[in-house]
Amino acid sequence: MATTDQEVNELIKREYEHGFVTDIESDTFEPGLNEDVIARLSGIKKEPEWMLEWRLKAYRRWLEMDEPDWAHVGYPKIDYNSISYYSAPKRKEDMPQSLDEVDPELLKTYEKLGIPLHEREKLAGVAVDAVFDSVSVATTFKEPLAKAGVIFCSISEAIRDYPELVQKYLGTVVPHGDNFFAGLNSAVFSDGTFVYVPKGVRCPMELSTYFRINAANTGQFERTLIIADEGSYVSYLEGCTAPMRDENQLHAAVVELVALDDAQIKYSTVQNWYPGDEEGKGGIFNFVTKRGAAIGKNSKISWTQVETGSAVTWKYPSCILRGENSVGEFYSVALTNNYQQADTGTKMIHLGKNTSSTIISKGISAGKSSNAYRGLVKFGPGAEGARNFTQCDSLLIGDRCGAHTFPYIESKNKSAIVEHEATTSKVSDEQMFLCRQRGIDPEQAVSMIVNGFCKEVFKELPMEFAVEAGKLLEVSLEGSVG
Amino acid sequence: MLSIKNLHASVEGKEILKGINLEIKAGEVHAIMGPNGSGKSTLSQVLAGNEAFEVTEGEITLNGENLLELETEERAREGIFLAFQYPVEIPGVSNLQFLRTSVNAMRQHKGQDEMNAAEFMKLAKEISKQVDLDPAFLKRGVNEGFSGGEKKRNEIMQALLLQPKLAILDETDSGLDIDALKVVSDGVNALRAEDRAILMVTHYQRLLNHIVPDYVHVLAGGKIIKSGGRELALELEERGYGWLGLKDEETADSSATSSAN
Ligand SMILES: Nc1ncnc2c1ncn2[C@@H]1O[C@H](COP(=O)(O)OP(=O)(O)O)[C@@H](O)[C@H]1O
Ligand SMILES: [Mg+2]
Repeated sequence: MATTDQEVNELIKREYEHGFVTDIESDTFEPGLNEDVIARLSGIKKEPEWMLEWRLKAYRRWLEMDEPDWAHVGYPKIDYNSISYYSAPKRKEDMPQSLDEVDPELLKTYEKLGIPLHEREKLAGVAVDAVFDSVSVATTFKEPLAKAGVIFCSISEAIRDYPELVQKYLGTVVPHGDNFFAGLNSAVFSDGTFVYVPKGVRCPMELSTYFRINAANTGQFERTLIIADEGSYVSYLEGCTAPMRDENQLHAAVVELVALDDAQIKYSTVQNWYPGDEEGKGGIFNFVTKRGAAIGKNSKISWTQVETGSAVTWKYPSCILRGENSVGEFYSVALTNNYQQADTGTKMIHLGKNTSSTIISKGISAGKSSNAYRGLVKFGPGAEGARNFTQCDSLLIGDRCGAHTFPYIESKNKSAIVEHEATTSKVSDEQMFLCRQRGIDPEQAVSMIVNGFCKEVFKELPMEFAVEAGKLLEVSLEGSVG
Repeated sequence: MLSIKNLHASVEGKEILKGINLEIKAGEVHAIMGPNGSGKSTLSQVLAGNEAFEVTEGEITLNGENLLELETEERAREGIFLAFQYPVEIPGVSNLQFLRTSVNAMRQHKGQDEMNAAEFMKLAKEISKQVDLDPAFLKRGVNEGFSGGEKKRNEIMQALLLQPKLAILDETDSGLDIDALKVVSDGVNALRAEDRAILMVTHYQRLLNHIVPDYVHVLAGGKIIKSGGRELALELEERGYGWLGLKDEETADSSATSSAN
């Protein structure tokens, strides 16, 4: 019956509101991966010879690597030859010269996602790089940023226009052979964001990238490189969504951050990839390597993530604290519902003297989902006076979900201090009764309690996004009570 | 206003309330007294609709409407308020946010506009002063790290904010020192109104020196075994529960006491 179908559609739409597909003509590679495909990809991007060499080296290395199986997740074997490694909306010129040349269909897509790109309606104070499938389609606020000396562009542009910077840093934080997914990404990455903040500059606005997967059977392999030169500061945010499809899609990104002396990088993620339906069908496989190198003295790298989407998440934003007095932070909210699986956490590698790190992880499990925190705190022999504080809290909603914590500590320095706190709690019947006795709907009550649980992390997000993150939790929790 | 007829309720298969009858009219204040474990909190929770308790027999109506058909939140919106004996903490959720969500849920039910943050802040500050709570408490997590007395004052503050039809106060006097008892009693007296009923649950009669009830009932073994006026409370204080053939630590399932009815 038409009406019932409509009702069902309404419901689904409400649960994942970014699930639409943009009808746009694309140039898409045939599925499959080999050296020719990589050469073609590099050719389309008009990359210099060294870049192709770099990719091929990564590819050959990757062929010898095994897919990791230690994470607390299960998923069907991925056939890497059934994926298409490049898909881009058709357009006349290679790069959009200005926003006026961007396909209106694309502008509409981002508008629908709440990210207006057009000059008149741009988000105030936030510069956006919009990545659609395999390419960056637009970058806003280029001029004011250029005036401040900040380079904010797609990584493809950076490879052509700032080869020295790219060559100097690309792969220094996450090398080819780091892990299976990072190796794959190094071979086939298609686009992503490049940021360079020069000496002593405080980036005048928030920078952000919005990743959108649209095409079917396509993997998204983005690569982000952010370099904060001496005494500079930058705050960067990424958001991501994808259409609802019955097949799983692969997203394997690599993010590298480099902070020199006295520099600070604040990196925030609001991840809302399509999580699959209530039966666990479809959804994004999110296998991501994010790592920051605090190489300068007194430098600081701070990761904040709110992870509500994806069918399977495998992600450990980490800090290598090499510089003396350098600081690493990891604030995380990971929410899983229905059949979602997340294995996420961080690594804090203390190498320098007096380095310090803080880990605050909040895992929320609902439905039949599984949520694991995996963290490593490591002190090298030179990490004199280093400190770590870890707080790892899990919240369960219902009794069919699971929460797991895997904290690892390795110390080669006796002066290092580690503090670890962990709690597991439930949204209790008493809390629910109190809220409901005060007239509050059960769904609203759960979302309020969960938001309270995440408060310490939300307060680390840039203002504009803290509100969004709260709303996102509410939507993701829908149907978790009753 | 509230009518309870032959109410039986059990928890985890054990019968706690064994036939309660009670009529409360608008404007009245009733006190329920009784030894520990006699079922006072159970009665309060059942009235508010806590699903942990199962009503096996009897009826409850509020102004003629069958309460047993309503969910907890629907009863609350109809004007039933419960001040908890042991208020639970909700970490990270500010009192202010919690209270505004609650007030707006009630307003929405009545078809009124939501209160914005600024309007609400003003109102909440005024009322917090009325129960001698520093407005700084509004910013703290719900009951998070509150002392016993602060929790109780916070409950009364909520009653004043929500202006219910029926306020059930479960041992709001326990754990309070003399000064706090005075503040809480003043708050409860401020709640007294023509169109509102108050059901006060207490173990001790001392609260009744401050809030003079119209009726006093003694609950024991899951039944009301004696009802009277104010003087019944005084008599209980003088002679103890033993006077009614009850030991103070009487529990609901020791049926030896029901002969006193
Ligand atoms: N959630 C519960 N689970 C099991 N037994 C309960 C529960 N709540 C109350 N009881 C039992 O019900 C009886 C009455 O308790 P209660 O209503 O709290 O008494 P009062 O408030 O008069 O002290 C006691 O025997 C108590 O142990
Ligand atoms: Mg009690």
